[in-house]
Amino acid sequence: MFVRKKSINPASYRASSDLVPLVLAGSRAAIARMISRAEGEYDEAAGALAQLYRHAGRAHVVGITGVPGGGKSTLISALIRACSTGDNKVAIVAVDPSSPYSGGAILGDRIRMSDSAEASQAFVRSMATRGHLGGLARATFQAVDILDAAGYSPIFIETVGVGQDEVEIMTAAHTVVVLSPPGLGDDIQAIKAGVMEIADIHAVSKSDRPEAAATATAIRGMLALGSETQRSSWAPPVLTLSAPSGAGIDALKQAIDSHLLHLMESGEMVTRRRAIARTRILATINHLIRRRFDDGAETMATQLAAVTERTSDPSTAAEWLLGLNRADLA
Amino acid sequence: MTLGRDEDKMAGPEPQPTPSIRVLVAKLGLDGHDRGAKVVARILRDAGMEVIYSGLYKTPAQVVDAAIQEDVDVIGVSLLSGSHVPLFGALCKSLRDQQADHVLVVAGGVIPEHDYDALIESGVDAIIPQEAGSELIITAIRDLVAARGRI
Ligand code: B12
Ligand SMILES: Nc1nc2c(ncn2[C@@H]2O[C@H](COP(=O)(O)OP(=O)(O)O)[C@@H](O)[C@H]2O)c(=O)[nH]1
Ligand SMILES: [Mg+2]
Repeated sequence: MFVRKKSINPASYRASSDLVPLVLAGSRAAIARMISRAEGEYDEAAGALAQLYRHAGRAHVVGITGVPGGGKSTLISALIRACSTGDNKVAIVAVDPSSPYSGGAILGDRIRMSDSAEASQAFVRSMATRGHLGGLARATFQAVDILDAAGYSPIFIETVGVGQDEVEIMTAAHTVVVLSPPGLGDDIQAIKAGVMEIADIHAVSKSDRPEAAATATAIRGMLALGSETQRSSWAPPVLTLSAPSGAGIDALKQAIDSHLLHLMESGEMVTRRRAIARTRILATINHLIRRRFDDGAETMATQLAAVTERTSDPSTAAEWLLGLNRADLA
Repeated sequence: MTLGRDEDKMAGPEPQPTPSIRVLVAKLGLDGHDRGAKVVARILRDAGMEVIYSGLYKTPAQVVDAAIQEDVDVIGVSLLSGSHVPLFGALCKSLRDQQADHVLVVAGGVIPEHDYDALIESGVDAIIPQEAGSELIITAIRDLVAARGRI
């Protein structure tokens, strides 16, 4: 038994700055490559990503979140068809978890969308979380920038299947659809209070199942109780749908469009954009700082030893590493 | 995160953490045998790779389209139908036509040895024999990607 192999020539590396005009002109290969470089955190790509960010800002970014198996990918497949009208170029970034053990992942969303994506020329990109928590990958934000700069809109983000508090999508999307499968019933509040609160639109999937109506009623009941942290004058609608038959898809699309209109007319879009920018800056600060200390810096090793031996403590060590002293912090 | 051992062999403008290897596991043509494809997907996932599965009954053009959008390093085709010669020929031609021939093509499934030359000739980069174990599959793919270097 033997593996038959060709001898492979090294591929040539194309500078990211050369890819920027291709991305702006809509080259799918260039878009895909830039997304990979963002994911791989190539230093060489930083300037190109910065440029592309400045070209972005036109797309309507729609998040689809909810429990695993709730029907998110199937729904997006139906939305691709519904939204691919006129000049719209639809894109999808679908996130699945990386294995904490191997770092590998099986990215299973594409398979549910491939037929409608092919028919509509939509761009579908699967992405692994690579250890990032919160329901997205770190590079999801940059992937959206790249697709936005290339003229795609709407851009759908499918989060990993979420539980209670993976609400990062709220700071990545303009419109958040929380999809709940039938049968959550009375438990709905206990199960997902955090996730339910971030919905701009509630959708109950699989309306072909008898329990769907009860689930919608339970959600409406929950909304009627109100929330002290009313974020908006928008009242989140509760819709039911069945993606395979197409029932309810047009109504959902209309709700998504209405929400965009609401954001623009109420001025809330400005607030959302600001919130997204703020989260991204802070997340990047966090990431850069961690990267600096993760890199096995000698100073980190010294502090680590001191804190472990309790000759120092975590706060003092952190302040020292950041070059702060208590007088500055006061 | 993955593949540390190949890091020093990777070409590229600056030394950096090696990105995860991305693989599209694909089924071409009228071939409903999907057990092997699913087994391979899991093997590669457990080896730290990011795996996308195409689903059944895809045309070469559909597979190439997905490979470009996903920017995979490797298309791993699982083929048990006996139509490997024409299908791999069409796949590799489509990759060249789309200027995507940096994507490595690895063949697996039921492929008789007397067809190996024809497949290599048409552009396939490696053929994995059916009885190969997971170690051999993983090493073959890592070595190919390392030899090609960063893109
Ligand atoms: C199980 C089986 C079926 C099942 C399939 C179930 C399923 N959902 O997969 C059923 C009963 C449905 C079936 C149907 C048919 N089958 Co059938 N089937 C098999 C059988 C016995 C085993 C295949 C299998 O699942 N093996 C287990 C998996 C895990 O192994 P594997 O696929 O080989 O994969 C391993 C390696 O090859 C490798 N690998 C595989 N793919 C890849 C890809 C990459 C990238 C890499 C790196 C490695 C790799 O890694 C895997 C793990 O080690 C084979 C016999 C054989 N020798 O393979 C015949 C066989 C494949 N079938 C055959 C035939 C003819 C048929 C039918 C046409 C029969 C008929 N007349 O109806 C139909 C066609 C169905 C269709 N739509 O395509 C022939 C094909 C002949 C040919 N190629 O010339 C075979 C070879 C039997 C024979 N000797 O004649 N079959
Ligand atoms: N009956 C029914 N099943 C559905 C519907 N939407 C999705 N499903 C099924 O639910 C399962 C999970 O769907 P998927 O889209 O992968 O869910 P995700 O994990 O949220 O992306 C699949 O088996 C789908 O076929 C629906 O509207 N009705
Ligand atoms: Mg999914």
